[in-house]
Amino acid sequence: MSDFVSEFWSSYVAALTLASIAGCAILLVVMSRARARQAADQAAPDKATTGHVWDGDLTEYNNPLPKWWLNLFWITLFFGIAYLLLFPGFGSMRGMLGWTSSGAYAKERQDVEDRTRPLFEQYLKTDVRTLAANADARAMGERLFLNYCAGCHGSAATGGKGFPNLTDKSWLYGGDPDTIEKSILDGRMGVMPAMGPVIGEENVANVVAYVRSLSRLAHDPFKAQVGKPVFMQNCAACHGADGKGNHAVGAPDLTDEDWLYGSSQPTITESVMRGRHADAASGALAMPAWRATLGEAKAHVLAAYVWGLSNGAAAR
Amino acid sequence: MNEPVVPAPASAETSIEIPLYEIRRKIYPRAVTGAFARWRLALVLGTQLFFYGMPWLTWNGRQAVLFDLAARKFYVLGLVFWPQDVIYLAVLLILSALSLFLFTALAGRLWCGYACPQTVYTEIFLWVERKIEGDRLARIRLDAAPWSLEKVVVKVLKHTAWFAIALWTGYTFVGFFTPIRDLGVRAITWQLGGWEGFWILFYGLATYGNAGWMREQVCKYMCPYARFQSVMFDRDTMIIAYDERRGEPRGSRSRSADRAKLGVGDCVDCNICVQVCPTGIDIRKGLQHECIGCAACVDGCDQVMDRMGYPRGLIRYTSQNALTSGFDRRTMWRRTLRPRSIAYALLLVAIASVTALSLATKSPLKVDVMRDRGALAREVGGDRVENVYRLQIMNVDEAPRELRVDVAGLPGLRVEGIDQPIAIPAGSTRLVPLRLQAPAQAVAAGSHAIEVIVTDAHDASIARHEKSTFIFPR
Repeated sequence: MSDFVSEFWSSYVAALTLASIAGCAILLVVMSRARARQAADQAAPDKATTGHVWDGDLTEYNNPLPKWWLNLFWITLFFGIAYLLLFPGFGSMRGMLGWTSSGAYAKERQDVEDRTRPLFEQYLKTDVRTLAANADARAMGERLFLNYCAGCHGSAATGGKGFPNLTDKSWLYGGDPDTIEKSILDGRMGVMPAMGPVIGEENVANVVAYVRSLSRLAHDPFKAQVGKPVFMQNCAACHGADGKGNHAVGAPDLTDEDWLYGSSQPTITESVMRGRHADAASGALAMPAWRATLGEAKAHVLAAYVWGLSNGAAAR
Repeated sequence: MNEPVVPAPASAETSIEIPLYEIRRKIYPRAVTGAFARWRLALVLGTQLFFYGMPWLTWNGRQAVLFDLAARKFYVLGLVFWPQDVIYLAVLLILSALSLFLFTALAGRLWCGYACPQTVYTEIFLWVERKIEGDRLARIRLDAAPWSLEKVVVKVLKHTAWFAIALWTGYTFVGFFTPIRDLGVRAITWQLGGWEGFWILFYGLATYGNAGWMREQVCKYMCPYARFQSVMFDRDTMIIAYDERRGEPRGSRSRSADRAKLGVGDCVDCNICVQVCPTGIDIRKGLQHECIGCAACVDGCDQVMDRMGYPRGLIRYTSQNALTSGFDRRTMWRRTLRPRSIAYALLLVAIASVTALSLATKSPLKVDVMRDRGALAREVGGDRVENVYRLQIMNVDEAPRELRVDVAGLPGLRVEGIDQPIAIPAGSTRLVPLRLQAPAQAVAAGSHAIEVIVTDAHDASIARHEKSTFIFPR
């Protein structure tokens, strides 16, 4: 509370609460009896009026409520005081039970984790390939994937522009179980630097022609010829002299048919000119690290599910 | 009713101090027999046989009526309701409200007098009280007597019996929410879950307190229906009323005396109607908000009229119009068929029929198609376009199913990557990633309406058609 307002407000709220409780108590005492005029009407001697007069001549009978109703008010009042002592509510006082909503949440979470721990420990000990063949683990992996991964990679794990397809055999960092698990746990931050300022606009067009020639797409052979030495000098460090990419830095294979951002000439030109990196404006995001959110056991189950997607026959 | 407002008396007044709360005066209703008492007995037996018996019935190897809150499934005989079916709960409440409107407009507080749990349990507890402590006079005498061993024994006996009934009621109530046989085993072996134990005690103590101690106080001071039912009355509503024109002037007389000579009406002023009243009112003062319409005074008075040799019905079901205008019974009955009662009845029948039809044709499948929002569409293999969806299939039934997923709406549109048929266990939900592909040149770019069809592989009559869209990139 004191994070953004002064301590005064805590005591102000506490004082207001106390005053309200005291006010209720006084009201209860005062309102249980009233000064009233005895009805002169002798036919109904039990019908005293409350003494209120409206419109000059309208009064009301006293129809008393039962005593237990009054007692309910007192019980409510004492309940309120006990509650304020036990639980936080009285200004910034924490209450005698030390209860907090975040504590209650943490406890519930802990309970669930304690219940599921044996299963996860068993899964964690199981090899990814074996786990991928386990139907229960696969179903759990599917649910985890739909919850945490489908937002970017799609419900069918087929990805989209800037988000890798996880069902094929083409991998940026490698598709063996350990690498997949590492990608999930620690995330990936691939960076394709902007080459436009380095090699100049004309050379960009030449390099693009050469890159397209690598995967047998339509290209200008002359430009490709000119672009080849530029590629060797500037791109081969990551993508390799043969353009087959490098799993160690997540450099994509440029010779296959899979293109993360698209294979059209303008798209490749943009990739080379301005680079591709974690930047919302370019439509790309880094793969976040899930270790803190999911923990190792769930990441392990997810890795088994993802590995099973592209190794379907082996997994089942 | 008590008029809340009276003209101020003109004469001199004295100012005094008055209490605004009073100690409740205990009411000792006298036992009554007769036609309406028999009706009430029938309803007490009927409703309680249903309440106490229902959780013990089984259906398809499970409890016939079970509201499984933890699993969020609600079993009623052959039907299984999921939280998605909450509309039926709303309909049930609407039907209950309409029934209350209809019956109240026709014959006043019928619900209060015969079927309300407060009345029913009070009746049961009163019966126990009568068996142990005796009828009205014996009870008044016992309460007035100083404490003695006999009084202690009688009181302990009564409260023990009340407690037993109350605890059984609490146990039965919880038995609607958790399998009752299981609950019994756990109750005997002292292994009840915290909440189960709490609710058995809570509902049990509420029954004990409300039916044993609070009784008419619940109707007079707590129940909102008691108050708002009076606004559904009109002058053609049948109420329990004392026929003042016939009864007054009241006075006691011997059975052989001539009424005309004594100048008295039919009321012999025996006070039976006051003694039998469970809310402790005098019906001869006219319609009062405390009257729960139980007709105990009708039964009581009819017996006295029989003994006196007078016609029955000095206190009877009649309408205010009938009383003041002196309608015969036929006219009074005909006037209950007025626009409001007809409208309530028609609405009730209409809504009940639609609900029954909807329940009878309720599909065992629920299907939702959700488009992936991350990627609208992607090209596959150069000549096909793929859209990805999430298919949520709920098998509401209590049998496992095998389902086929088909798609319609575009030429060449087909389902990819699903092992057909999909198996779904009984009463469970599955999320199936669904890939749909269509030839890239099939139609113009943009969004196209399609339909996903989920069919039972063995019974084509069970099918769900869900609308969605397929997007071709520009």
